[in-house]
Amino acid sequence: MTEGQKKPFIVREVREEFPALRQQVYGKNLIYFDNGATSQKPQVVLDAINKYYSKDNANIHRGVHYMSQKATTEFEEARKIIQKYIHARKSEEIIFTKGTTDGINLVANSFGELLSAGDEILISAMEHHSNIVPWQMLCQRKQLVLRVAPINKKGELIIEEFDKLLTKKTKLVAVTHISNTLGTINPVQELVQKAHAVGAKILVDGAQSIQHMPIDVKDMDCDFFVFSSHKVFGPTGIGVLYGKEDLLDRMPPYQGGGDMISRVTFERTTYNELPHKFEAGTPHIAGGICLGEAIKFLSGLDIDAIQSHERELAHYAQDMLDTFEGMRIIGEAKKKTSVVSFIMDGIHPFDLGTLLDKQGIAVRTGHHCTQPLMDFYGIPGTVRASFAFYNTRQEIDTFIEAVERSIQLLK
Amino acid sequence: MTIAEKQQDIIDEFALFDDWMEKYEYIIDLGKDLPAIDPSKKTDDRLIEGCQSRVWLDAEITDGKMMFTADSDAIITKGIIGLLIRVMNNETPENVATLDLHFIRDIGLQEHLSPTRSNGLVSMVKRMKLEAVKHMMHE
Repeated sequence: MTEGQKKPFIVREVREEFPALRQQVYGKNLIYFDNGATSQKPQVVLDAINKYYSKDNANIHRGVHYMSQKATTEFEEARKIIQKYIHARKSEEIIFTKGTTDGINLVANSFGELLSAGDEILISAMEHHSNIVPWQMLCQRKQLVLRVAPINKKGELIIEEFDKLLTKKTKLVAVTHISNTLGTINPVQELVQKAHAVGAKILVDGAQSIQHMPIDVKDMDCDFFVFSSHKVFGPTGIGVLYGKEDLLDRMPPYQGGGDMISRVTFERTTYNELPHKFEAGTPHIAGGICLGEAIKFLSGLDIDAIQSHERELAHYAQDMLDTFEGMRIIGEAKKKTSVVSFIMDGIHPFDLGTLLDKQGIAVRTGHHCTQPLMDFYGIPGTVRASFAFYNTRQEIDTFIEAVERSIQLLK
Repeated sequence: MTIAEKQQDIIDEFALFDDWMEKYEYIIDLGKDLPAIDPSKKTDDRLIEGCQSRVWLDAEITDGKMMFTADSDAIITKGIIGLLIRVMNNETPENVATLDLHFIRDIGLQEHLSPTRSNGLVSMVKRMKLEAVKHMMHE
């Protein structure tokens, strides 16, 4: 198959690649609708994990022996696969991290060092705690000011308010590409332009977007883009921080240790070049390699077909849920991904989630690490069904029946 | 009825159910029937904040026996509270403090009392035992 040509997307076939989906829980066929929290892994990724530890396991960047060189090559190959997938200019701009949270903390600690008292950081009201708390900690440490751009009840960023808060004092904008709770797709391209117009840098939290849409950081022109491997069909414990090279070059190292140095004496240490400057210690080698496999797997799928399938699932689920009396969908942005968050009048999300679980359906309930957002809506939490391309319409039918049965019991 | 008998009673009741939904239907009914806590006692110092649901717990001692009343915003949590209270009420502080709540495991609801399940129930049981210990020290 030549480049550009992809296998036609057939959900039944693609499901076969995911062994975790073929199991029963509480005697029912598992329906996995918690993809916003983490995705299941395709067989190629599982095989790659097995292969790495059975054949290639060695520490990288330092051994002269065969296995070490092989592992190093594969790890660096994975970096290139990721670079290509998100259209970064150079593989040096791809920093391996522990995940999205780690990437944000890296930027907060390292880029944060370049900021001074009175500088401002602008986030949105729909951020995950991991894109709030690191900035709060930084603000406290460096006497910076954290500004929060509000959203409307549909769950969309209010651009006029964002514009008012974005000033010459703003040094960094940190926004999510897609809200994990609401599914809102933010107009990041527009926000990047606005941020750059006042001289601010911008970090885009891609934890919820990388698995749903093509990412082109060059085109987006963001300064930082972060995501986690485990949400994009790879292993846990590894993720990526993309940063523009000149910016990463100017930033001080985050953690000290092996691999990130060029020369160490007791008097003075010079640091290694990108990307190693930001990768102290032995990295999650297997994780990096297998994330590469996951990205390769995703590249082999027809992303347009995936997007329309996922959109269809979300619309169908939302339409079906809307037929229940007392149903309230939380997050009704015009541009939305395949996340449906909802609450039922008089029913606690925890109760509904527990009963769905017992019917074999995995959803997430609670505040989804977005407590300020729950406060904004005045609710304790939501039930969230988040779909991936391997989910089906039939699963949604079963889910709707289970919701109905649960409501009958709880009312 | 001894604590052992009370726990066995609950285990026997749950043995009648064929599937999980029946068990939960029963727990939900227990939740709906849970005697209400005195509204004046739903104060912040009696609130146990869980990640998923919130629990209010009041503890008193009458004639040397612990008397708990509690409430939650989630009905399943309330149902499980009902079971806990059924076992722990009318017991001496010593009994409550040293109690092994094995019935929860035996009826398959241990997930609700696992430290990773943040529905407030783990903290509630801890608080119940602490209240009992407090009363033991007063005596």
